[in-house]
Amino acid sequence: MRISITVNGDPVVRPVDPSDTLLSVLRGQLHLIGTKWGCLTGDCGACTVIVDGRSVVSCLQTVGQIDGAEITTIEGIAGRGRMMNDLQEAFVTHGAAQCGFCTPGMVVAAEQLLRDGVEPDGAAIREGLAGNLCRCTGYSKIIDAVLSVALARME
Amino acid sequence: MRSDYAVVGKRIPKLDAPDKVTGRTTYADDLKMSGLLAGAIKRSPYPHARILSVDASAAEAVPGVYAVVHAGNVTQRPFGYGHDNIPLKDRVVRCVGDEVAAVAAVDAATAQSALDLISVEYELLPAVDDPFEALQPGAPRIHDELDIEGNVSMEWNFQTGDLAEAERRSAVIVSGSYSSPQAAPAPIETHVVIAGFDADGHLEVISPVHMVFMYRKELADCLGLDWRRVTVRQPPVGGSFGGKIDIDAHDFIAVMLARAAGRPVKLAMSREEEFTGTRTRQPIHFRLRTGAAADGTLQFRHAEVVSDNGAYNAWGSHALLVAMNTVTSMYRVGTSRLAAKVVYTNKNYGGSVRGFGNPQATFAVEQQMEELADALGMDPMDLRLKNANRPGDVTPQGLEITSCGLSECLETVRRKSGWDQRRGRMRSQHRGLGAAAYVHVGGGARIYGSDGCGAMIKIDDSGRVALISGSSELGQGSETALAMIVAETLGVPLEAVSVSHDDTDVKPWDVGVHASRTTFVAGNAARMAAAKARDELLEAAAEVLDRPARSLTIRDGVISVPGEPTATLRYEKAVRRRLLREGSSIIMTSAFYDPPTQRQDENHIGNISASYGFGAHVAEVEVDPDTGMVRVLGLWAAHDVGRAINPMSCEGQIEGGAVMGVGLALSEELPVEDGRFPAPNLHDYGMPTAMDAPPIDVTLIETADELGPFGAKGIGEGGIILPPAAIANAVADAVGVRPRSYPIRPWRLRRWIETGERSHVDKHPHPVPDENAR
Ligand code: FES
Ligand code: FES
Repeated sequence: MRISITVNGDPVVRPVDPSDTLLSVLRGQLHLIGTKWGCLTGDCGACTVIVDGRSVVSCLQTVGQIDGAEITTIEGIAGRGRMMNDLQEAFVTHGAAQCGFCTPGMVVAAEQLLRDGVEPDGAAIREGLAGNLCRCTGYSKIIDAVLSVALARME
Repeated sequence: MRSDYAVVGKRIPKLDAPDKVTGRTTYADDLKMSGLLAGAIKRSPYPHARILSVDASAAEAVPGVYAVVHAGNVTQRPFGYGHDNIPLKDRVVRCVGDEVAAVAAVDAATAQSALDLISVEYELLPAVDDPFEALQPGAPRIHDELDIEGNVSMEWNFQTGDLAEAERRSAVIVSGSYSSPQAAPAPIETHVVIAGFDADGHLEVISPVHMVFMYRKELADCLGLDWRRVTVRQPPVGGSFGGKIDIDAHDFIAVMLARAAGRPVKLAMSREEEFTGTRTRQPIHFRLRTGAAADGTLQFRHAEVVSDNGAYNAWGSHALLVAMNTVTSMYRVGTSRLAAKVVYTNKNYGGSVRGFGNPQATFAVEQQMEELADALGMDPMDLRLKNANRPGDVTPQGLEITSCGLSECLETVRRKSGWDQRRGRMRSQHRGLGAAAYVHVGGGARIYGSDGCGAMIKIDDSGRVALISGSSELGQGSETALAMIVAETLGVPLEAVSVSHDDTDVKPWDVGVHASRTTFVAGNAARMAAAKARDELLEAAAEVLDRPARSLTIRDGVISVPGEPTATLRYEKAVRRRLLREGSSIIMTSAFYDPPTQRQDENHIGNISASYGFGAHVAEVEVDPDTGMVRVLGLWAAHDVGRAINPMSCEGQIEGGAVMGVGLALSEELPVEDGRFPAPNLHDYGMPTAMDAPPIDVTLIETADELGPFGAKGIGEGGIILPPAAIANAVADAVGVRPRSYPIRPWRLRRWIETGERSHVDKHPHPVPDENAR
């Protein structure tokens, strides 16, 4: 089939097999390799992208079901003409990325959590990010980074 | 302690963080070579079987398949510690996941379908997955080609002092068994290797391995390659935790496929392969006894240890070396004895996972400290402080303790956790506090001929300072720490410094990243090379300023003469003055640092590390006695880091390690059923999520090690060592039963609560044969 989707604001029309995963289309066809994979079974969250305002593990999302969708990947999180948004800057200054392999998925999931208006509270953020595994940081600095942005964006 | 540093001691974001948070960092699976093929490995479904035949003809006929390799059509030699392994198994498979054949094809789907067409005929052999059964006479022989008894591949024995006499001096002896599970490093990035030959036959391997020079040698030795014609490049690594130290069979197989196909090949491990086909943490079983005099002075420690090493020996067989240090050298223990066996079983085999035997040993040693304190009617913190290692101590194994903040670490977590007010007083709420402390190598670990690392520095005409280090960055932040050390030593702004360390053709030799050694060893090498570059800069400036070089100082890139505010020169100008003239030269220096340590002798005596790291944790838990569920409410962590080059990175290492330790303590394990892991996925494995991770209060204790760069010691492993022991002690405080193994999963704790598992205390000991003492 042919799908037509919007990825980071760009229209994309592609012939695909409807059972292809969004992850394989992003990485393999569109060369958006910022999105990582750590399991392909939905357990790690490294492949998280935003589809129509929801965080989705792209390794389990088949493209056949998302024709017409608007997708944001790590490459599009900051918006056009900007290197980093406030959340990405907070990840840097708080030391929330070590090996960085979980980081694109973590940033995307956290951004969606913030857009959904998560309570600026450590426990709520921990719960909201429980689908994204990080093996390096022990999460403390990630939670601090997201919390700082949640508070700043409320102002 | 000096604190007027310009860069050292500041909370500096990692230099690679902006690329990581924007998705720009390219890891191994993000890389390509022209004509790249996809590889796939056919693995044994059986824990123990003889290979009768391999028929690859149908697979070879699949369109798009470039190569099929198996033991019958390749040249290979054994590899691994003791050379007990071979990349493509030729005669026998010894664990589920053993590599039997492999395919390279145009894409992964084709490779997979060809793999399914390879038929392997097996004759099943009896298998054994329990090390104690493997030790029994009549147990299946796992390596019948080796001249060994009872599947014991190695023994580690140490003894000092008169044990019977020490028992006589003891007022209390505690004994018990303590076990740990098979666990996994489980980085989020799985192993990925790319191998390709150029037209001239030069091999390039891209791999996230972090002992690159040993890796290159092993590749060449096993495959009969000229190792001068092998280049190993290390891309950014998506976490390792020791899992990517050892060379694995798939590394060789990628090269075999590339050679056979005449095209480069990528092998990317699936998550299941990561669990079944790459290295794990070996279960270690301890029978331990500790004795103390009535005043709490430790008299002896006596351990009998069985390490369940799996089907082959990697470096992980040496985890006993670290476990032994803990048994003999944690606290002033004096008389100590350890007898350990490394046993083959038909399971995926053990590697060099973060902490390397120390979490397992500390689980035994530190529970016994609290059991002993309770039996003596002493506070466990007082018992620890009474016996704490101190600067100047030499332990029974010859470890020379220099800087040592153990007592300060203990006092810190005692105070911050409210230990004196709360321990032993919260049982009615099923809450408890437990502590643990460690000793771990902090200044390298000489397990190889050299424990050295090289560094080169060049300063170009723009003032760019390039450090080329032998070490590797795995995410732990060593690159940033090294850049800070160079900036501080040279007196230039941090922005001017870059670090490269990814290519064996370019970088100087290093053992590799292990044993918490990078900041200490690579840091000292970088500091030495930078000091030489600084001397050259000042000499160049001396000509311009017409002052003796030794009268000059440099700070923030400005070379000046103290007391003469106008006599200044920017350092990059000094570089250009040297370069842009007849008889020109550039500033380029190098250094190699090998710590002043010894390899331990055949009696396991020798000062293996140039300094030792110490730390203490207190964990607070709440137990649901009906379900056995343990919740960690808080963790207080104090670590002697010598000097925090970058406090934010030190905290990151400790917090990340501690949460891995909480995972070990409560949930992570790879249980084996019928010789296989029934659920090799991240969910069932039990890796902690953000909701499982407790808040962690970190205190960095600075003791300014005299040999460390700016006083720093290693901290990469410290965080993971203590949570299993501290949490077990906290559980004992909360509900009065003694965890004998981890992970402390709810069903296990419920069973211990039902059976009332307690400490085994002998209050009127007298010399007894060892057998009866247990
Ligand atoms: S790769 Fe999609 S959840 Fe792990
Ligand atoms: S930073 Fe390495 S997995 Fe999260």
